[in-house]
Amino acid sequence: MATTAPAPGAHASPPGGSGAASNGLSRRTWRSRLWRFDDLASPYAYIAPFFLIFGAFGLYPLLYTGWIALHRVEMTSLDQSQWVGWENFATILQDSEFWTAVTNTFVIGVISTVPQLLVALGLAHLLNYKLRASTFWRTLILTPYATSVATASLVFALVFRADGGLLNWVLHFVGGGNTDWGNGEWTSKIAISVMVIWRWTGYNTLIYLAAMQAVPTDLYEAASLDGATRWQQFRKVTIPSLRPTILFTIVISTIGSMQLFGEPLLLQGGTLGSIGGSEHQYETLSIYLFNYGWKLGHLGPAAAVAWAMLVLLLLIALINWIVGRFVHKNAA
Amino acid sequence: MTTTSPTTTAPALDRGALPASEGKGHGGRFKLGAGQQLKGGPFTYVALIVVGLGSVLPLYWTLVAASHDQQRVLDSPPPLVPGSRLWSNLQSAWEQAHLGTAIVNTLIVASCITAATLFFCTLAGYAFAKMRFRGRGALMTAVIATLTIPPQLSVVPLFMMMSDIGWGGKLESVIFPTLVGAFGVFFMRQYLLEALPYELIEAAKVDGASNIRIVWSVVLPVARPAMMVLGMLTFVQAWNDFFWPFLALNQENPTIQVALGQLSASYTPDQSIVMAGALISTLPLLLVFVIFGKQIVGGIMSGAVKG
Repeated sequence: MATTAPAPGAHASPPGGSGAASNGLSRRTWRSRLWRFDDLASPYAYIAPFFLIFGAFGLYPLLYTGWIALHRVEMTSLDQSQWVGWENFATILQDSEFWTAVTNTFVIGVISTVPQLLVALGLAHLLNYKLRASTFWRTLILTPYATSVATASLVFALVFRADGGLLNWVLHFVGGGNTDWGNGEWTSKIAISVMVIWRWTGYNTLIYLAAMQAVPTDLYEAASLDGATRWQQFRKVTIPSLRPTILFTIVISTIGSMQLFGEPLLLQGGTLGSIGGSEHQYETLSIYLFNYGWKLGHLGPAAAVAWAMLVLLLLIALINWIVGRFVHKNAA
Repeated sequence: MTTTSPTTTAPALDRGALPASEGKGHGGRFKLGAGQQLKGGPFTYVALIVVGLGSVLPLYWTLVAASHDQQRVLDSPPPLVPGSRLWSNLQSAWEQAHLGTAIVNTLIVASCITAATLFFCTLAGYAFAKMRFRGRGALMTAVIATLTIPPQLSVVPLFMMMSDIGWGGKLESVIFPTLVGAFGVFFMRQYLLEALPYELIEAAKVDGASNIRIVWSVVLPVARPAMMVLGMLTFVQAWNDFFWPFLALNQENPTIQVALGQLSASYTPDQSIVMAGALISTLPLLLVFVIFGKQIVGGIMSGAVKG
């Protein structure tokens, strides 16, 4: 980082101070000290707001979560707390609903991330051709990104309705159409994945497209001189060049799937939404946390869920790191 | 708004806009690689049309559902063209869900967050890009690392803190935690690294400008195109934010997304009215997209490349 910076720091020569060496220390007025202080303190002042806000509303609550997880705190009396040790963790770890939520989060994460990134990769490849109205196509596939999770979920909830839903109506032409999407173990997860895929494919496509355009053209030239077909070029030049980007999108999508909340909440809406379906078939960890904290009013176990999510995230990060190293080694 | 020509958007977009002109004098179509110079064939366009339709159809169907009465929406076969009840549904949605309050609230929240993000992120981005200070590398890494922390991890204490300092259910509780974001800092840094030459800063220093003066009269003018893009991205995100506002705000004082969530969570939601509310909440952003789509696309692409 910043290896090429040619001396950005100090004021080269404060007005009137350039001959300071010959004039000795007497010329060092309060003014030049002020300049020094300005140079020294300014960068920290400029980055301070970020760290202050993050400290107050990010880091401090994160640690505070750990404290709450060891206490009994009820929504009805927020100012009272009582030490309970590991009880909250024991409660959620013994709750089969928690493990259902963990599994659901992973399953939905995988079946929404994998197809999404594959489609995005293919789409980026298409958009990388010389096209008429290329900006139009890029904007068009990005429109779902402008749609809020609430709007998207509500529309898809109607589309996936069992009776009279748009999708079942379309499917009845090919002999289907009786699927009870929201109540099925797999169909409900598929429905949620479709919402996620719809909203995020365009965004990931643009990220891949940007990375593809940064691949030097001589790589392709060399490959085609060696007689590589276009498919071979895609596999041997494009994909390897995109490796860091692909890893980055996997990380971002994984973190994103840990956060799935609006989609399951609104798929069936009402009370069913806040418990993730009648059999918890699409209950995610965020829904579980929300239900414990805000519906049942027990903030202690809710905080314990948050820390469980942190542990899971660290696990995922570790796996990512290992895979990343492995990929890196293989590439080298 | 005169700074929207392609040359003023972020550097990566420019690179993308002129793919064919890079060091390619001869060789012709045959020798070119699988990359950017090849023209898309009919298959490419067909595929793009299919995906494009998929992208907008749900939005079109929002409009369709919002313009019929509920019976018609839930009937089979479902309606495929807009009906005549759009206006009355919009009115009912407006009255039932405090949508008027919600829109005003959302405007306040999104504007405050956008303004603060632009100000703080430009300052921090400039410091990280062009100023030298102890711990710069480590602090920048720390900024990036905060991107990986999902909001779920801190909502419980955040909720308690907010009610403790008297912001429970108030707009402050959704504005302040989002005043400045890591993505914005990173985005501005990346832009200023390339767009702001050291000579400009040095020249201003020789002229005796203080650091804050340099920010005001050198950095801000250079940063303006990137600030516009970051502003739009931030506004869209703030407008659409759901999880924390849904937990922090209540029915009487919601943002538009919260109102929408509550409208559908009521006991017997009228689906066509819910859809009308969804339409109201989405239209302003679609408008932004139609006008500034090119800049937003460029912004996302330029924020992505150099990690």
